[in-house]
Amino acid sequence: MVEFSLPKNAKVREGKTWPALDGTKRPKSLRVYRWNGDDGETPQVDTYTVDLDDCGPMVLDAVIKIKNEIDPTLTFRRSCREGVCGSCAMNIDGTNTLACTKYIDEVSGDVKVYPLPHMPVVKDLVPDLTQAYAQYRSIEPWLKSDSQPTPGKERLQSPEERQKLDGMWECILCFCCTTSCPSYWWNGDRYLGPAVLLQANRWIQDSRDESTGDRLDELEDPFRLYRCHTIMNCTKTCPKGLNPAKAIADIKQAMVERR
Amino acid sequence: MASNNRPLSPHIQIYKPQLTTFMSITHRATGIVLAVGTVMLVCWLIAAATGENAFNNVQTFLGSIIGKLLLLGWSYALFYHMCNGLRHLFWDAGRGFEIETAYTTGRLVIGVSILLTIGAWLWGYNAMAAI
Repeated sequence: MVEFSLPKNAKVREGKTWPALDGTKRPKSLRVYRWNGDDGETPQVDTYTVDLDDCGPMVLDAVIKIKNEIDPTLTFRRSCREGVCGSCAMNIDGTNTLACTKYIDEVSGDVKVYPLPHMPVVKDLVPDLTQAYAQYRSIEPWLKSDSQPTPGKERLQSPEERQKLDGMWECILCFCCTTSCPSYWWNGDRYLGPAVLLQANRWIQDSRDESTGDRLDELEDPFRLYRCHTIMNCTKTCPKGLNPAKAIADIKQAMVERR
Repeated sequence: MASNNRPLSPHIQIYKPQLTTFMSITHRATGIVLAVGTVMLVCWLIAAATGENAFNNVQTFLGSIIGKLLLLGWSYALFYHMCNGLRHLFWDAGRGFEIETAYTTGRLVIGVSILLTIGAWLWGYNAMAAI
C-alpha cells in the first residue's frame, strides 16, 4: 500500500545537539537518526560534531568515533570496514550506501545519517531485516540439481557460462538497493525487491542449476517479480556497482523466452 | 521487547530525489492524465455527433484559456508517455540499463517530448492560420 507519510510512532523529532570536543579544528556535523525501544519516545535526529583532522576519511570512521568518544549509546551494525560484509548499510546524504566506503568529503554540509529506508527500526541505525532475509530464503539460493556430478569431480562450467554470473555473485546482500526501491516501500510484503531478485537471477542463469523452470514458476506472479517498474533507484544506489535492474529485466526476458 | 512497536524508518521524506524516480512517477501520472483526456475526446466526438449547438459549446470551452491549458497538458502527457514508452520498450528488450545510459535516455525523453509539444502547437496554429 502506498503510504507517503510516516505512522505517528515513527515521526522524527529534532533531538539533542552534542557539543564538539575541545580543540576541534575542522568540525563536521553529523545528523543521526536515533530511536530506542526503552524510553517510549518517538525517533529523533541528534547532531554530533567530529574533528575531521582527528578522524578517518569514511562516514563509518566518524560514526565509530561518535560512539567511542561522544555517545556510547549510538547503535549501528559494522564489521569488515571495507565494503565486503554489507553490515553498515545505511542512508547517508539521502541515498543508501555502505558507511565504510562513503567518504565524508563527498557530503557537502551536514552528513545526514538514517537507517535503511522504510524498514522497522530495532534501534538507531539498525533496521530489522527479518523479512528481507525470509524473502531471500524463499528463492532457495542454493544449487538445485537432480543429476550427480562425476564422482570426485566438480560440476564444470565453460568460461562463458561462468561469465554470466559476473555482476551477481558480488552482491553482499546489504539491501541498499531493496530499501531504495519505492515499489518495495509500498509493496514490500509481496514484492521480493531488487536484491533478492538479483540473487534469484544468479541461480536462474547458473548453467549447473537444473531448477530454472521451477525458479521461474515461483516468480511468475504479479507481485513477486512484476512490481519492478524500472525506477532504477536500485542500480543507482548499489555500493558495489552492480545492476539489479538489469538482472530483473533478464528474469522478465527469461519468462518470455521459455513460452 | 515489543517488536510491533518498532517505528518505520523514514523513506520518501529523506531519500534524495532521483531523476529516474521522478520520470517513473511522471510516466504513471501522464498515463492517468491521458485516460482523462480520452474522456474529453469522447465528449468532443459525442458533441460533434449530437449537433451544432453541443459542438459549439465544447469548442468554446476548449478554446478558452482553461481549455487550452488542458489541451496543452494533454498534448504534453501524450508526447511524454509516448517517448518514455519507447524507453520502456528498449528496457524490455534488455537494453539501456547502465546508469549513464538511463540518464541520457531520460534527459532525451524530457527534451524530445517538450520539442514535440511545441512543434505540435506551432503546427496547429499554422494550420488554423492557413484556413
